Amino acid sequence: MSKFIEQPRYSCALGAQQSIVAIKRAVPILHSGPGCGTKINRLLGQGEGYAGGSTVPCTNASETEIVFGGEERLKSVIEGAFKVIDADLYVVLTGCTSDIVGDDIGQITGEFQTENKPIVYVETGGFKSNNYVSHETVVNAIIDQYVDKFSPDKSKIKRLVNVFASIPYQDPYWIGNLEEIKRILEGIGLSVNILFGEKSDGINEWKTIPNAEYNIVVSAWAGLGIAKHLENKYGTPYLHFPYLPIGAAETSKFLHQVAKNLNLEHHRVEYFIKQEEKRFYSHIERTADFMLEFRYGIPRRFYTILDASYAVGFSKYLLNELGIIPAKQFIVDDTPEEFQDSIRNEFQHISELRAAEVEFSIDAGAVQAKIKNDERKNRALILGSAWERDLAKEIGADLLIISVPVAYRLILNCGYAGYNGGLRVIEDIYDRVLDTYR
Amino acid sequence: MSTINLKETEVPVREVRLGSITGFEGTADELVRCSQAGTLKDSTRNFSQCMGCSSGNAFCQLSMIQDAAIINHGPVGCAGDFFTFNFTYRVGQMERNLPAVNGRYFNTNIEEKDTIFGAVEKLESTIRGVYERVKPNAILITTSCASGIIGDDVESVASSLSEELGIPVVACFCEGFKSKIWTTGFDAAYHSIVRKLVKPPKQKTNKVNIVNFWGSHIFDDLLRPLGFEPEYIVPFSTVKQLEHISEAVATIQICPTLGTYLGAALEQVYGVPEIKSPPAYGIAGTDTWLRELGKVLDREKEIEEVIIKEHIRVLPKIKEYQKQLKGKTAYLTAGAAHGHALIALLRELGLEVQGAAIFHHDPIYDNGDPASDALAHDVNTYGDIKNYNVCNKQAYELVNILNKVRPDIMIARHGGMTLWGAKLGIPTLLIGDEQFGFGYQGILNYAERILETLDNKEFVINLAKHSTMPYTKWWLEQSPFSFLRSDLDVKIY
Repeated sequence: MSKFIEQPRYSCALGAQQSIVAIKRAVPILHSGPGCGTKINRLLGQGEGYAGGSTVPCTNASETEIVFGGEERLKSVIEGAFKVIDADLYVVLTGCTSDIVGDDIGQITGEFQTENKPIVYVETGGFKSNNYVSHETVVNAIIDQYVDKFSPDKSKIKRLVNVFASIPYQDPYWIGNLEEIKRILEGIGLSVNILFGEKSDGINEWKTIPNAEYNIVVSAWAGLGIAKHLENKYGTPYLHFPYLPIGAAETSKFLHQVAKNLNLEHHRVEYFIKQEEKRFYSHIERTADFMLEFRYGIPRRFYTILDASYAVGFSKYLLNELGIIPAKQFIVDDTPEEFQDSIRNEFQHISELRAAEVEFSIDAGAVQAKIKNDERKNRALILGSAWERDLAKEIGADLLIISVPVAYRLILNCGYAGYNGGLRVIEDIYDRVLDTYR
Repeated sequence: MSTINLKETEVPVREVRLGSITGFEGTADELVRCSQAGTLKDSTRNFSQCMGCSSGNAFCQLSMIQDAAIINHGPVGCAGDFFTFNFTYRVGQMERNLPAVNGRYFNTNIEEKDTIFGAVEKLESTIRGVYERVKPNAILITTSCASGIIGDDVESVASSLSEELGIPVVACFCEGFKSKIWTTGFDAAYHSIVRKLVKPPKQKTNKVNIVNFWGSHIFDDLLRPLGFEPEYIVPFSTVKQLEHISEAVATIQICPTLGTYLGAALEQVYGVPEIKSPPAYGIAGTDTWLRELGKVLDREKEIEEVIIKEHIRVLPKIKEYQKQLKGKTAYLTAGAAHGHALIALLRELGLEVQGAAIFHHDPIYDNGDPASDALAHDVNTYGDIKNYNVCNKQAYELVNILNKVRPDIMIARHGGMTLWGAKLGIPTLLIGDEQFGFGYQGILNYAERILETLDNKEFVINLAKHSTMPYTKWWLEQSPFSFLRSDLDVKIY
C-alpha cells in the first residue's frame, strides 16, 4: 500500500490550531515556521474567524531559532500576544522546527502559568500526527492546564453534558452540526457544553467540563481519547455514538441512547422526538411524489470519500431513508487500525438487507482511480471534496462536497447532522441534480 | 550584483544575496538612500504574526507547469495549500480554453519515525510511485522545514531517480525557516528550473519571456505587431517550453520581486537580455519601460509611435479621473515591487498616498542595476512617501496604522489584509491580476475600480458596525512600531 498522499484531505498535528480558533475568544500562538499557519488556514476554513489566519501570533522560526533554540523568541512573542491580542485563552502550539530542535516550551509557558495567565502549551510538531489526533491532544491539554486549574468546583451537575463531535474546520459544516446537536440534546432536557462556535459560552463553558454528568462522543474515533481522559480524570462516564446521526431514524436512535444512558424523563424525551419526527417526515411525505416521479434521472448509487464519521452517517441515511444504494465506500481520515474493524462492521450491517464494501486509504488520488474504473449501471452521487469535480463530470455523477478542501461552496451555518441536517441533505442533493438539466 | 551559480544546489536566500530586509519605519526617500548607499539594516519585531513561507511561493511557480508532477517532501500539513493553487490553476485553464485537469500534487507524509531515521526512502518510493501513476515529463520536489532539519539528501535522491526514470527529477530547496522573505521561494523555484530544465540555446527565436503569475495576456497586442511572440512563464508552461526559454530575445518582468532571479540567470548564463526598467506602471514609468524594450528589441521607432498614440488616447481620460479622485487619500499594503508599482499608479491618478506597508525591501535586484529600483523611480517621479513601512504581513501593525490614518480607500495586494480596512469601515480593494494595472491601459483600469470601490461603501459600513476587534484597546493607542527593534543606520548625504 502506498504511503504517500495525493490530494490531502486533512492537515498535520499543528492543524489543531483551527480547534483553538473555533473556541470563542481563544487564540493560538504558533511556535513554528513562518508559513505553517497560513497553509493550515488555506485547507481548513473559509475566513479567519475571531483571531485566526493573519491574526495568529507566530514566532516565525528562522535559522537562528534552529541553531540556537527558539525559547527566548517564544517568550517575547507570548508577552506581545498578551498585550496586543484581546483574548480569553492563549494556546501555544509548536511546529516541526521546535519539536525537532527540542525547545523546552513547557518551561517558557510555565512561567506565565505560574502567574495564573490563561495559557496552555501543546507539542504539535506537524510530523507527530494529523489534526484528527492532535485535536484530542490539544483539548486534553486545555483541560489539564487550564480547565482543571480555573474551574471553581468539580462537583457534578445533573443533566449537564459535554459534547465531542465535529472537529472544527476539519468538518467544514462543524458550526451547523454542533448547533443542531446542541439543539436536539437540549430538546430532551439536557444542558449542553458544546465548547466550540457561536453557540458555546467560550471559556466559561469550558470551566464547567468537570461538572458534566456525562460525556457524549459523536464520532467514529476522533474525540474518544478526550472522553477516556475525562473518565480517568473526573470519573465522568461517556457514551460513544460512532457516527454522525443524519436524518430522523438515526437521530432518534441517538437521542434514545442518550436518554437511556442518562436516565432521562421518558415523556419529555418521547414528546420531543415525536414532534421532530413528525416535522421531518411531513416534509418528506409532502414531496415524496415529486421524488418518486422525477423521471429524468436521479442518483441511484453513491460513493463516499470522507472521514469515518461522515461515511457511516451518510451511508445509513442515504440508504435507509432515501433508498440510494452504497457503492464502494472510501474512508480517508487515516483511521487508526484499532477502530477499523468496528467501522467495517457498521458497513457490514448498513441496513437490514444489505452490506457495503469499505476501504481505508489516505491516498485519495488512488481512490479516484478506483472509482473511475468501477463498473456502473446507473447515475452515481459522490460525497467528497473539491478534488472530485472532474471525476464527477467524467463518470456523469453528481457531487456533494462534504469534505475539505471545499473550494466550490461557501459555508456559513449549513449543517447535515440531526433532523434539520437530514432535510438539508435532500435539498442539497436535489439542488445539484436538478441543476444539471437545461 | 549576485553571481548566478548553477553548480550550487541551493540559491542563497535574499537576505544574504541581496541584503533584503523585512522591517523599516521611515520615509520612502530614506529607504532608497540607505539602499543605494549600502547602509540598510534590518529591524526585528519582538512580537509577530503568521507570515508565509518559501515553500508556498516555490509551489506557486512550479505547480502549474502543465506536464510536471510536484512532490512536497514534508508532513501532510505542508500540503495545505495544494488546492488553493489547484483552484488558481483551474481558473487559468478556463481563461486559456484548456481542458479541466487537477494539478498532480503529492505529499510524502513525513512522520515521527522519519525524523529519527530520515525520510529518504519514503521520498524515493514516492517518486517511483508518482512516475508510475502520472508519467509526467518532469518531477519537481519542494522541501520542508522537517526534511531540511533532519538532513535528507534530497539532491542525491533526485539525481539518481532522474537517471533511473529518464526524466528530470529536480529538487527545489525552499525550507520555510531559511528566510523571512517568502519570495525567496520564487528564487528557489527558478534556480531549479534554470539548473535542471532549461537547455542551452540552439538558435535564437522571436520569443520574449514574460515572467508572470497567471495574469491576463496583455503583452500579445504589444509584441505581436512588432514581430515577437510572448512566452508567458512559468505557470501554464510545459516542460518543453521551459527547456527553450534560453533562446528568447528578451525577458520581461511583470514584477521584479517575482522574477529577479530568473531574469538575471537567463541573462548571465544564456545572454538573454532582461528589461531592467521598473515595470510599466504610471505614464512616466510606462514611457521609460517601453523605450528600453524598443531598444532591446531593436524597434525604437515603432515604440515611439506606440507611445505617441497611447498618450493621445489615455492622457485626456486620466485628466478626467484625476478630477474625480482629487483630494482622496489611500493607504497601500502589498509585496515589494508590485507595491512600488501601485504607488506610481495611485499618484498618477492624483490620489494622496498617506502611507504604505510593504512586505519586504530588496535594496538591489539580481541584475545589480540601480535603474531597476522601482521605489527610487516613485520618489524621483512623484516625490517622497511619508509613513513608508516595511512590514511582512504583520496585521497588528496595519490595523494600528489604519485606525489612525483612516484613508478613503485601502488597496491591498495579498489575502489576509483587506479585512482590517473593512472592519474599520474603510472601502478596500484587492486586485489579483498583476497585469491589470500594467501599461497605459492599466492606469484607466485601476481608476475605474477605485471609483467603484469608493462608491460602494454599504457593505463595509455595515460590517464595521457589527464587527469585533481582536486587538486590545491598549494596542490601538500605541505607536504602530512599538515592537519594532530598529537599529537602522540612516546615512543622509
